[in-house]
Amino acid sequence: MADLINVIRDWLYNLMISWGASQDLAGFVLQVLGSILVVILCFVIVIALIWVERKLAGRIQDRFGPNRAGPFGIFQSFADIIKIFTKEYVTPTGADKSLFNIAPVLAMASVLAIWAVFPFAINVIGADVNVGVLYIVAIGSFGILAILMAGWSSNNRYALLGASRSVAMLISYEIPMVISLLIPVLLTKSMQLSAIIEAQRPWWFLIVAPTAALFFLISSMAEIGKAPFDLLEAESELVAGYHTEYSGMKFGMFYVAEFLHQYTVGALITIFFLGGWSGPMAASWPILGVVYFFTKTFLVYLVISWIRLSLPRIRIDEMLDLNWKFMIPVSFLNLVVVAVADRILMDLNLARWIYVGVMFALSMGVLLISLAIAGNSKPKVERVQFPTRPVAVSPQSDQSKS
Amino acid sequence: MIPLSWYLIFAAALFSIGLYGVLARKNIIAILMSIELMLTAININFIAFWRYSLEMQLAGQVFAVIVFAVSASEVAVGLALVISLYRRVKLVVADEVNLLKW
Amino acid sequence: MSLGMLIFLLMVVVTTVAAVAVVTSKKLVNAAMWLMVALFGAAVAFVLLQATYIAVIQILVYIGAIAVLIVYTIMLTRDPDEAQEPGINKQWPIAAVLSLVLFVGLAYFYYTLPQTDVLAPALEGELNAVSLLGQQLVSPNAYVLPFELASVLLLAALIGSIVVAWRK
Repeated sequence: MADLINVIRDWLYNLMISWGASQDLAGFVLQVLGSILVVILCFVIVIALIWVERKLAGRIQDRFGPNRAGPFGIFQSFADIIKIFTKEYVTPTGADKSLFNIAPVLAMASVLAIWAVFPFAINVIGADVNVGVLYIVAIGSFGILAILMAGWSSNNRYALLGASRSVAMLISYEIPMVISLLIPVLLTKSMQLSAIIEAQRPWWFLIVAPTAALFFLISSMAEIGKAPFDLLEAESELVAGYHTEYSGMKFGMFYVAEFLHQYTVGALITIFFLGGWSGPMAASWPILGVVYFFTKTFLVYLVISWIRLSLPRIRIDEMLDLNWKFMIPVSFLNLVVVAVADRILMDLNLARWIYVGVMFALSMGVLLISLAIAGNSKPKVERVQFPTRPVAVSPQSDQSKS
Repeated sequence: MIPLSWYLIFAAALFSIGLYGVLARKNIIAILMSIELMLTAININFIAFWRYSLEMQLAGQVFAVIVFAVSASEVAVGLALVISLYRRVKLVVADEVNLLKW
Repeated sequence: MSLGMLIFLLMVVVTTVAAVAVVTSKKLVNAAMWLMVALFGAAVAFVLLQATYIAVIQILVYIGAIAVLIVYTIMLTRDPDEAQEPGINKQWPIAAVLSLVLFVGLAYFYYTLPQTDVLAPALEGELNAVSLLGQQLVSPNAYVLPFELASVLLLAALIGSIVVAWRK
């Protein structure tokens, strides 16, 4: 019962061998089945996430979320799906048809392909490549291509503008994301995701390298285009950015890809900084590992939604300034400090908790020092202070004038 | 299962296609893309030789990494030149850029 | 016909078709997209050769950065009347003959050379190519000098391309 996934996998494998299939073919069919299962799981998760997001957004904004389609509105996602399926596909004239149609597929594929290397439990992993971290970064850059294709092939000035702005933002924020991702790799001395989770056994990397976790969170939120970095879909400025001209299921694919990307980023933060599937008794009961993994991912997803629903949008020049002038230097500094400290402390061979404490203090020191330095810089635009006026004047003080 | 010569012939095919692109295309950016094809073929050659040699000393992979760095920098500078050329002449056809021809 | 050979043949067909489409496409953006397909096929070839690190770097550098750069430049330097003129030179027959001669010569040479008729040697045990590669790139007995020169080259290219494309 505890080892359910492996039991099913071995049973299917032996079944196919007994039917006369070669080992290669049986392994291949198992891989295909596993991929299909993960894809179906992703779509089911997105359906649930859309409901959660809308309810959460409603409650944070002091209103009810959807509450008509079923009790507590849980069938709202299904209503949305039916609506999107039945809409007409409108292709603008002059649009490059092949690129126009491939772009949403590529956007979805680039997010789904990341799920291939996630370790769900102790031996349940799609493909345990020894360059797992780099694979994730590389596949993430496919999504950038999809946005560029979408903006270009729409034959629409606003879509192209939105696509160019979003590509500029995405490739800028890839740098602090990769550098912050290098820190768990440095501490694990391997790029394999299962090795990274193994190295977090005593202490999570959230505690050993908190600055890296923070910067990874911020740059990932910029990568997925959530506020305060959501000028990818700045509705009041650019109609709808790069997916202006998309309708029907093509837009649905962009929409699903966006939610799934947010959940995938939650999964990445879980793996790299929160210990992945580890938890009490997760090593001996793999099914518990899966539960812990998805629970932690969902918690990080909620944190990202919470930040998104509370902060306003920042301008593109402020955002690029933040990246190039603050996050990249501090990430580099953090990397150097963590590398040097790790090397020195490993040579000194201290007790584990002293090591963790020193690393935590160093990371927090880097963050606080850089925040202090950045806080002293003068802003570009002088903010004008207006005298405050009362909004609602009470009738008694008004009568003195009349 | 796959002999080395198949990988080398595949890389030679990519290289020849890239060579045709360099010689026969008018647009400078298309020429740059064909150069990228040639460099990729070279990388495949290096890695194939690394894999099929018995000593396994990683020189092939190191060389491939250096080729990545060189090709990335060459494309960056080449495209910067193309943009600066476009601002002056409004055209990026290789035949028309002949101001220095006597 | 094992699975590895099937994937190899599929990769060869896809990459070659994509490469031919790159050099014969009339529209530049289509050529750039086909270039990405061809480079992805080359990444598959690297995976088949068990150089997974090089494959992922190929995707990251070429498709993630260089292809985006090329598409941006195509967008910025668009010729308004591009559709009228074909993208091929006057001397394309000579180019075709030349590349065909090169390919036939190389293919014949590779085919008949006895050293290239070998199969892949088995990898001994755990090959940790990534950490070995890292050690080779920074150890003074190995390739630290080309590595440092490549980083200087990248820095020079970075500064140079900004200076060249600066709008006065």
